[in-house]
Amino acid sequence: MKSPRWLVPTLYIIFLMLPIYWLINMSFKTTNEILGTFTLWPQEFTLENYRKIFTDPTWYNGYINSILYVVMNTVISVSVALPAAYAFSRYKFMGDKHLFFWLLTNRMAPPAVFALPFFQFYSAVGLFDTHIAVALAHCLFNIPLAVWILEGFMSGVPKELDETAYIDGYSFWRFFVRIFIPTITAGIGVAAFFCFMFSWVELLLAKTLTSVAAKPIAATMTRTASTSGYELGLLAAAGTLTIIPGAFVIYFVRNYIAKGFALGRV
Amino acid sequence: MINRTHNEKAWLLVLPVVILVAFNAVIPLMTVVNYSFQETFGNNQFFWEGVKWYEQVLNSERFHQALGRQIFFTATILIIEIPLGIAIALCMPKKGIGVSICLVLMALPLLIPWNVVGAMWNIFALPDIGLLGRMINGLGIDYNFTQQPIAAWLTVVLMDVWHWTSLVVLLCYAGLCAIPDAYYQAARIDGANRWQIFRFIQLPKLKRVLIIAVLLRFMDSFMIYTEPFVLTGGGPGNTTTFLSIDLAKIALGQFDLGPAAAMSLIYFIMILLFCWVFYTLMMRDESEQ
Repeated sequence: MKSPRWLVPTLYIIFLMLPIYWLINMSFKTTNEILGTFTLWPQEFTLENYRKIFTDPTWYNGYINSILYVVMNTVISVSVALPAAYAFSRYKFMGDKHLFFWLLTNRMAPPAVFALPFFQFYSAVGLFDTHIAVALAHCLFNIPLAVWILEGFMSGVPKELDETAYIDGYSFWRFFVRIFIPTITAGIGVAAFFCFMFSWVELLLAKTLTSVAAKPIAATMTRTASTSGYELGLLAAAGTLTIIPGAFVIYFVRNYIAKGFALGRV
Repeated sequence: MINRTHNEKAWLLVLPVVILVAFNAVIPLMTVVNYSFQETFGNNQFFWEGVKWYEQVLNSERFHQALGRQIFFTATILIIEIPLGIAIALCMPKKGIGVSICLVLMALPLLIPWNVVGAMWNIFALPDIGLLGRMINGLGIDYNFTQQPIAAWLTVVLMDVWHWTSLVVLLCYAGLCAIPDAYYQAARIDGANRWQIFRFIQLPKLKRVLIIAVLLRFMDSFMIYTEPFVLTGGGPGNTTTFLSIDLAKIALGQFDLGPAAAMSLIYFIMILLFCWVFYTLMMRDESEQ
């Protein structure tokens, strides 16, 4: 039984690409063509759908909003997770195991459970419909994840590094910023990738916490789909554009993605 | 494993994380706990109700059905995605340009916003304008996921396989890359066949990443909301109404705070319990070996 090994991944990738192809295909079609005829590629090629998105502020602001809160979330998550992960990987302290498990339980909390209390809570503190509200809400699942991944990477760095630095007279923070962080840049890259990913794809909380000013692109799409009926071409174009930032990020971290979870401790 | 020294000052390093997560987790969670024991008629007036909502939820037919669908769905996708993910990871190229291409293309579905995944599958599977719907109907099978319960169910499962198998592949691939070449050489000298190499070398080494994969896929599929909501809206009827969709209907649709809160807590505790039991069992197994 000597079947070529590359056949399996190839078939799998074709399966992955088909729906994406269909989405891109739709985005270049006119509404008439989508509803009227069934064609495998656009007969009347049009950029009208994309033009609409790039000229209508409700559409392109959606992208700006999404990217803003995702970047804020990634920065917050990784920067607070760094010292915490260091503490978990280097020290024993009261309640460390319980604390680590408690952090992970937040990754297990269904967003649907938190949607309503979040809405009330963020309205009460006056953060409703701001980018920072979504960024903070996404910390709920991204901080535990970042701590988890970074802790795995840090445990791979021998402790002699720390000890030598302290003997050489480095203070903790100077050692941490000058020596330790540069040695685990790969880990930081992976953690940032996963924070970006989970914040970018999440919609339930992002939608609940925003109305106009910070509305994410994905929510704009949902509303368009339901109010203006069948503007499938526009919807497809917007969907296609949401894939681009992800593809961009993957390309940069491609050599590290696979390592991300594998090095983490359960 | 690093030998960790005792140092209570480490708490200071963890403090920012604890504050941020507590701000996000403890306050809303206490709100939920609060609601779950009370009745409200609006105007911010609350009355103590004890465990009435818990009894109501645990005895309701609707909850049992949603839970049944949820468990069946999660079991189905785990049974499909885990072996498929291992198989694909085993067949992936080990070096060269192929690795990068595979990784980038396979990771792509993971980075698409969940409602776009739902919308994409919607237009992909629609019987009149979708490629998949056209193909299946072209084979002579009557398929329309907006009306047939079984078709809707299968479409949601297929969508989840499309969306998440890559995560299992990436994890397993990482696990496989971590196996030193010496193991394979030893196996070749002993004359092990393909199956034996898999059973006695690769599978044990993959155990850790597989635990992570199962846990992540379990948690995320148990919380699945956006994709089926956009694809089928929970229908036709209630066929694809999973726990989160049902919960959102009760909490945000009907605004029944008490039952929704009680259901939230039962739901959350189930996930915690499963993860804890699974993890403990797997780890005890490991220490025995």
